[in-house]
Amino acid sequence: MSAGRGGEIPFHEANTEWLRATGQACDVVLSSRVRLARNLAGFPFMPKASRADRRQILDVCRRRVVEIPTQERIAWVDLHTASTEQRTILVERHLISKQHARGKLNSGQGGIEEPRGVAIAQQSEQLAIMVNEEDHLRIQSLRCGLSLTEALKLANEIDDALERSLDYAFDRRFGYLTACPTNVGTGIRFSVMLHLPGLRLRNELEKVKRAAAAMSLAVRGFYGEGSNAVGDLYQISNQTTLGKSEQMLLHELQNEIIPQVIEYERASRRMLVTRGGPVLRDRVHRALGILTHARLLAAEEAMDLLSTLRLGIVLGLVEGVPERIAHALLLLVQPGHLQRATGRPMDQEHRRGARADLVRAALAPYRT
Amino acid sequence: MLCQCGEREATIHEVVIKAGRKVERHLCEVCARQAGMDVGTPATPVVAKVTVVQGPTCDACGTSISEFRHTGLLGCPACYRRFETQLTPLLERAHEGGTHHVGKVPLRLLQSMSGTPAGESLLGDAVERAARLGLLRQQLEEAVHAEQYERAAMIRDEIAKAADSHSGGPEPKP
Repeated sequence: MSAGRGGEIPFHEANTEWLRATGQACDVVLSSRVRLARNLAGFPFMPKASRADRRQILDVCRRRVVEIPTQERIAWVDLHTASTEQRTILVERHLISKQHARGKLNSGQGGIEEPRGVAIAQQSEQLAIMVNEEDHLRIQSLRCGLSLTEALKLANEIDDALERSLDYAFDRRFGYLTACPTNVGTGIRFSVMLHLPGLRLRNELEKVKRAAAAMSLAVRGFYGEGSNAVGDLYQISNQTTLGKSEQMLLHELQNEIIPQVIEYERASRRMLVTRGGPVLRDRVHRALGILTHARLLAAEEAMDLLSTLRLGIVLGLVEGVPERIAHALLLLVQPGHLQRATGRPMDQEHRRGARADLVRAALAPYRT
Repeated sequence: MLCQCGEREATIHEVVIKAGRKVERHLCEVCARQAGMDVGTPATPVVAKVTVVQGPTCDACGTSISEFRHTGLLGCPACYRRFETQLTPLLERAHEGGTHHVGKVPLRLLQSMSGTPAGESLLGDAVERAARLGLLRQQLEEAVHAEQYERAAMIRDEIAKAADSHSGGPEPKP
């Protein structure tokens, strides 16, 4: 399929894997992600790739990627010809990185017209393969809840299928070679997206961040590297990729570290309920009140209120509002999705109005 | 001055001084873009750039170690071996002391190399193997010390794999 050339990107709101609100420990863990970085042998890495190299890498990878036998249809999007709105929507759905949307490397090289693309499992959105990001190939697999094992399984299947017809840059000492030496070796990044309002309200987040840093883990905001933690959403991921196998890294994160953070968050939530029940209940219902009555809402404000609402739903302090509505809204209040929903370009002020309208309409059936 | 394409005026001029040698390029904007050069923006075009390259340079892609230190990115697969000496301390810091790959290996490479004497071991030559095994043993000791037995079992598996993939013979003493 060719969504890249002016057509609408055929995504269904309900399909975003990371907002499915099911899966193991889904009261705290929204989603699990695995990313494999791969480069083709015989080509320079992206910083030294000429326009002709990039075009050739894109052609080769696209042909192989769309041929992979998968259970569902793979959609291809050429990002250099896609519209700004399409690129924004893909970023908001966590299918491409901000960097890939811009076509720029962290070093500042490149630009919007650089040949690059992404392949997406259209129905489930559990799989996205970026071509010509910082590395030639970035295979990303996503699962709701705490499910790194399942996510790794899918990423490995795709990796094995691609490797049958592509020669990867691999070195006996260094493993899979990547443009940035911080990814070399396994080229793998496990990442878990957590909802941590309890720890934030109890001012315990710094402790988690310090503990994570001591264990060589990165704590990042909602949209990854360099982004703020809006809506109390955090991503915790491994930084080490060399000298530990995929299984060892997975085990450390999934069995040793994340369960501790989950328990810590749950304990904070319990404490908030037992020691500050009325305060918490007030906070949650105030959030619901603003969401159902506001006439102007900024994106970050909406995200923070939805986070508080979600906490209330999970703790049973709010009755009647389904969790999936709060989740769907987390996505729909983002600028790109909002613009698409209203069908016309808007400035920031109009967006705030449209956002408040959309949230009020979605929550209207649950107003008490 | 005409660009090397012979069609357009050269507007982007680059001088690279490397190991005392001067290499000049005079290109039009189209050819400069094709060559992957930074052409700036229409408002502030790059018209002349002089780069003095210091330290070792990768023969395959021309990336210099100073360039890598500036951008944090390498230029091609060959850079890893070319800059091995400079990269090693950096890798140790970035990867909790890790200096050798442990884990997945491309399937086709594994099949093509197993059983052939030249293959030796995908995990590298004797020196590399010893380094990797030493690292794994250290990790094993730490895991046992911390009573992380599940993790210890996993590391033991990796040690067995590393030893297995070596064609015959007991593993060397660290």
